[in-house]
Amino acid sequence: MTSDSNLFAQQKKNRRRSTILVTIFVLFFAWVGFGGDLSFYLYTVEAPQEAYHHTIPWFGIFATVLGLGMAYFAWKRGPKQVLWATGAWELLNPSKPEEQQLVNVIEEMSIASGLPRPKIWVVPDKDPNAFATGVNEHDAHIAVTEGLLATLNRDELQAVVAHEMSHIRNHDVKLMTLLAALVGVMVLISDGAWRFMRFGGARSRGGRSGSGGGGGGGKKGGAGALALIILVLWLVSVLLAPIISRLLALGVSRKREFLADATAAQFTRNPAALAAALRKIEDAAAPTKSIKRGTAHLCISDPLGRRISNREGFVANALATHPPMALRIARLKRMAYQYDKTGVIPEEL
Amino acid sequence: MATWIFLIVIVVVILWAISAYNTLINLKGQTVNAWKQIDVQLKRRHDLIPNLVEAVKGAMEFERETLEAVIQARNQAVKVQADASPTGGVGQLAAAEAVLSSALGRFNLVVERYPDLKATSNVGQLQEELTSTENRVAFARQLYNDMSTTYNVKQQQFPWNMISGLARCEQVELWEITDDKERAVPKVDLSSKPKQ
Repeated sequence: MTSDSNLFAQQKKNRRRSTILVTIFVLFFAWVGFGGDLSFYLYTVEAPQEAYHHTIPWFGIFATVLGLGMAYFAWKRGPKQVLWATGAWELLNPSKPEEQQLVNVIEEMSIASGLPRPKIWVVPDKDPNAFATGVNEHDAHIAVTEGLLATLNRDELQAVVAHEMSHIRNHDVKLMTLLAALVGVMVLISDGAWRFMRFGGARSRGGRSGSGGGGGGGKKGGAGALALIILVLWLVSVLLAPIISRLLALGVSRKREFLADATAAQFTRNPAALAAALRKIEDAAAPTKSIKRGTAHLCISDPLGRRISNREGFVANALATHPPMALRIARLKRMAYQYDKTGVIPEEL
Repeated sequence: MATWIFLIVIVVVILWAISAYNTLINLKGQTVNAWKQIDVQLKRRHDLIPNLVEAVKGAMEFERETLEAVIQARNQAVKVQADASPTGGVGQLAAAEAVLSSALGRFNLVVERYPDLKATSNVGQLQEELTSTENRVAFARQLYNDMSTTYNVKQQQFPWNMISGLARCEQVELWEITDDKERAVPKVDLSSKPKQ
């Protein structure tokens, strides 16, 4: 009963976080647009009568509509986008024995979790990894790499699928998919902004040296300074947004890995198998090439093969998408009572 | 003033009763659904066994006894399943399925002695199906037991127990192994003495 109320609280929290995330995303776009308008307005307000005055906030309106559109798109089509980006194909008619096994295992886990059967995808990649995406439990997808099917035995595959099913049940998938899609957009914008800065900065330096002698009136200074401050604020926020949003994505994903590990153990009643699977995935340290940076936090193990995921500490905590693998394995082994003999839990050393 | 307080208390109590009633009905529905899930998986298991036996029959002439035991246990289980429901007959069905499970376990051991069988025919495929089905039955049972425990406890807890009569709640049986033979610790004989 307590686990049930925890589950509902968790689902509710995730739903609220999704809403907050989308709101912030749209507000950011509005700020990018209207902030630009404001500085442009202040810049042109003192201009001569016949010159252009920026009075209608076209940028703001455009950017807000664009942000809304993209948020809607990510909300509705995020899962498809993520799957498409990894080059996964949907497993409809299993032909090989290991494909049949995957289908069977997923059906077993959907029984254990009491959820409808998710759609099954295979990522053509030799590195073992897996992720879940979707909008809700009725529109959910589980993708595994070919390497995972080749590396793990039946019990371990079942454990990994259980881990992904718990992401679906905890309503993690929607939030994480939204993050993947929206962070992707942010990164794109920031890349564009940096390029624009380099290009535009060079041009404005040339312009300033030409008009430097013209000088400004005393009255123009106030509006100009304000315009400058807003411009700087605006630029800094545009340039830092992707970094902040990525940190947010990482922070959101790390906590729920532990929870999903625990829920997976509850489904299979076999935490040792998940520990063994994580160990195997970790040992095959090659990066998963088909999974890009933006979707890293969706996976069961960090697909970029970064060593930082294996360290604990403030910096590592802020930068890793996943908790240290050794810690995850230790917790699972404790669930499986595998430390009874020595009486020592590595985590507590 | 007193009337107002009285009215408010009445309204609160009624609202609580409605929500408690709905909670219980919800749990009842989930329990019945979990039971249906077991039913479906057991049916799948029972349908699979004749195919499997048919596939190995030719090659396993000598193991007639094992095959017979599996078929018999399966038929018995099908018979018991027909009139089992959460409020009655769960124990008998669990016992029948346990007999079938142990017969299948012996059968799998025997199949391992025929490596050619797995390589040449679709027996390997059928065995994967059987493993999966065994797991499905186990997970469906796990879900059912979790659900029905929640349901059983909820309808007895105060103050829900005042509503449970109204919601026509009954205690449901858990899927438990009652057979002592199933529970017994298997004996392992490691002496190298040959059989017969």
